[in-house]
Amino acid sequence: MEKSMPRKGMGLDVLTLAVVLIVLSVLGLLWSAGTQDPLLQIHTWIMTGAFVLGLIALAMKGFAGLDNDQSRYNEGIIKAGIIATMFWGIVGFLVGVIIAFQLAFPALNIEGIGWLNFGRLRPIHTSAVIFAFGGNALMVTSFYVVQRTNRARLAGGVWTWFVFWGYQLFILLAASGYIMGVTQSREYAEPEWYVDIWLTVVWVSYLLVFLGTLMKRKQAHIYVANWFYLAFIVTVAMLHIVNNLAMPVTLYGIKSYSAFSGVQDALTQWWYGHNAVGFFLTAGFLGIMYYFVPKRAERPIYSYRLSIIHFWALIFTYIWAGPHHLHYTALPEWTQTLGMVFSIVLWMPSWGGMINGLMTLSGAWDKLRTDPVMRMLVVSVAFYGMSTFEGPVMAIRSVNSLSHYTDWTIGHVHSGTLGWVGFVTFGAIYCLVPWVWKRKRLYSNDMVEWHFWIATIGIVFYITSMWVSGIMQGLMWRAYNSFGFLEYSFVETVEAMHPYYIIRATGGLLYLTGALIMAYNIWRTIRGDVRKVESVPEAEPLAAAIPAE
Amino acid sequence: MLEKHEVLEKNSILLTIGILIVVSIGGLVEIAPLFYIENTIEKVKGMRPYTPLEQFGRNVYTREGCYLCHSQMIRPLRDEVERYGHYSLAAESMYDHPFQWGSKRTGPDLARVGDKYSDEWHRAHLKNPRSVVPESVMPTYAFLSDNMLDDRLVADHLKALRIVGVPYTDEQIAAAKSDLVTQLDEFADDYDGFVARYPNAAIRDFDGDPEHATEMDALIAYLQMLGTLVDFDQYEALADENLR
Repeated sequence: MEKSMPRKGMGLDVLTLAVVLIVLSVLGLLWSAGTQDPLLQIHTWIMTGAFVLGLIALAMKGFAGLDNDQSRYNEGIIKAGIIATMFWGIVGFLVGVIIAFQLAFPALNIEGIGWLNFGRLRPIHTSAVIFAFGGNALMVTSFYVVQRTNRARLAGGVWTWFVFWGYQLFILLAASGYIMGVTQSREYAEPEWYVDIWLTVVWVSYLLVFLGTLMKRKQAHIYVANWFYLAFIVTVAMLHIVNNLAMPVTLYGIKSYSAFSGVQDALTQWWYGHNAVGFFLTAGFLGIMYYFVPKRAERPIYSYRLSIIHFWALIFTYIWAGPHHLHYTALPEWTQTLGMVFSIVLWMPSWGGMINGLMTLSGAWDKLRTDPVMRMLVVSVAFYGMSTFEGPVMAIRSVNSLSHYTDWTIGHVHSGTLGWVGFVTFGAIYCLVPWVWKRKRLYSNDMVEWHFWIATIGIVFYITSMWVSGIMQGLMWRAYNSFGFLEYSFVETVEAMHPYYIIRATGGLLYLTGALIMAYNIWRTIRGDVRKVESVPEAEPLAAAIPAE
Repeated sequence: MLEKHEVLEKNSILLTIGILIVVSIGGLVEIAPLFYIENTIEKVKGMRPYTPLEQFGRNVYTREGCYLCHSQMIRPLRDEVERYGHYSLAAESMYDHPFQWGSKRTGPDLARVGDKYSDEWHRAHLKNPRSVVPESVMPTYAFLSDNMLDDRLVADHLKALRIVGVPYTDEQIAAAKSDLVTQLDEFADDYDGFVARYPNAAIRDFDGDPEHATEMDALIAYLQMLGTLVDFDQYEALADENLR
């Protein structure tokens, strides 16, 4: 095979990126000089440092001639994305385990300056798993899928690396900010105004790279997985910009005040919050399902018509569901009712996706026995079906009056995230690593089995303990004694949670253990090792050599 | 009908526009009316913007992530009203940028925690929650007593809030910096002016350390005013304009 020729001279992409990075570095320096806010000082240093590092890397690679061979796929970025996904996944799960134990044993909140208190670590957990782990998984798979299904190299040249590293910088700024107390205190949208602006720049670049690749496709049709990725990118941009509208106190400080207040702010936030679930954790990951499930099963998607109907129905309906987070609050009742109705309607398009994914295995069900990666993907879709049934139930006002404010919500979210988002990502990465590193097989299928079972047991621990503690606490809050007084003080309900918090944390620990096994397995696969004694045979003729549809 | 879908599948720009239209509708129908339907927020007596000290306390509250375990939204359910007090009104968070209704009660609701406990209880509780509530799982916040309030930008905070809609007067902004400490001193020169600017604000040293204006002062000042502004003797829940 011919070696790809390094590109001669500087392309427009390198030139524009160099100019942008120079401007950003200068701005960063000026900003750092102007601020008296010690926390912003730290962040301006991080940013300026990152821009200068980017510039150095660009200069070193740029003069050597950057590979932009249009006859080949960009696979370097896929490799980087896989490693980033795995790394942030383990960070996110680990912080989750830590804060779960903090709730069971409050002494684990380290006394002193409060930087490691539950209140500051919890956003690190949520952002790390949703945006760092989930976001990198979506970026890397979308970059892989959009190239293969359109038979085109990623558009934008070196700007694809700007998207990747820019996104890692966003994660670093967000996470370090939370520890230092730099937060907007909007759930899942905690980063402050300047980090939001940075994410907007990165995200628009991401959209342009993705759209640009679609535009130079060599296929007439855009494959269904790409519709979902596109909907995810476009909608997240809209949600992010509107929900984060804010007024900084000064351009040289971290603090800002949200543009909206009270009722309007609450609904804007949950319109965002619920659709972070709907578009980040659902639409994007359905994109993964639509590529990796049929690919791994070597079967076409069950129904093309169903995918059209459920795509449009899903993205239309999801947007309406936000008010179910605000049942019985000061939000006007008409809005609550609309949110409830659409949440129940949402059950149908959600299950449309599940059916389309599961039925793709028609004629290939035996792979569940022989291929642990396939099993992981299928179980993820099953979890998706389960949590998208539970969600509409919890969105019913009378059910919500019990479940709201309790751990039931936490359990529900984790059945979706650990079961669906986590497993579909693990499945996709287990597929991708041998494909992009050109290995015959994974280092060990036995280890995938171990990962699967340990993580599954972890999920069962997690969601069952949260069901019990959530429903129990909800019932205790509303319990009356025979004299007509409230039966329990609040703190008695806190005390009753203790054993379930320990079970939950144990479940999380198991899930983290599974991910560590996976990281080891992947590292050995990348090295090219194959485990000698295996009880699970490699039944699958690897799909790597088969061209995309 | 489904055959026509081919048009979208073959044109990435049309597909993008189609997605944008479809995902915009729900938000427009649900959120936009909240800004102009008049009875979204009840007319109540007693609501006023936060004093500088309370707002700074609120900023400590948001910074420490209190909203992750404490709600500030009492639902109109029998047990909640008995446990926490009158259900929360939309008007009570009209000056909250951002809102802090919360989504989880690992600890109790705080919408009406104001005046329920003494300052001394709050101090002991924040320094070590288990000293007053042995079963509590709350982290300790003793360090707040050591953090001095940064008074350099008080007026800018109020100005930013005014830009997003909080009706601070020029007078309030001009006096912002001194008001921050006036609220901590019953014998302050500008006592009367402060009370006129912020009716019903509590004026006292909150953290037991009259020498310093600390984050502990600010946070307790904020907690002690939560849910105390609206006069519920004059509020008619069943009046037409309050039914939403």
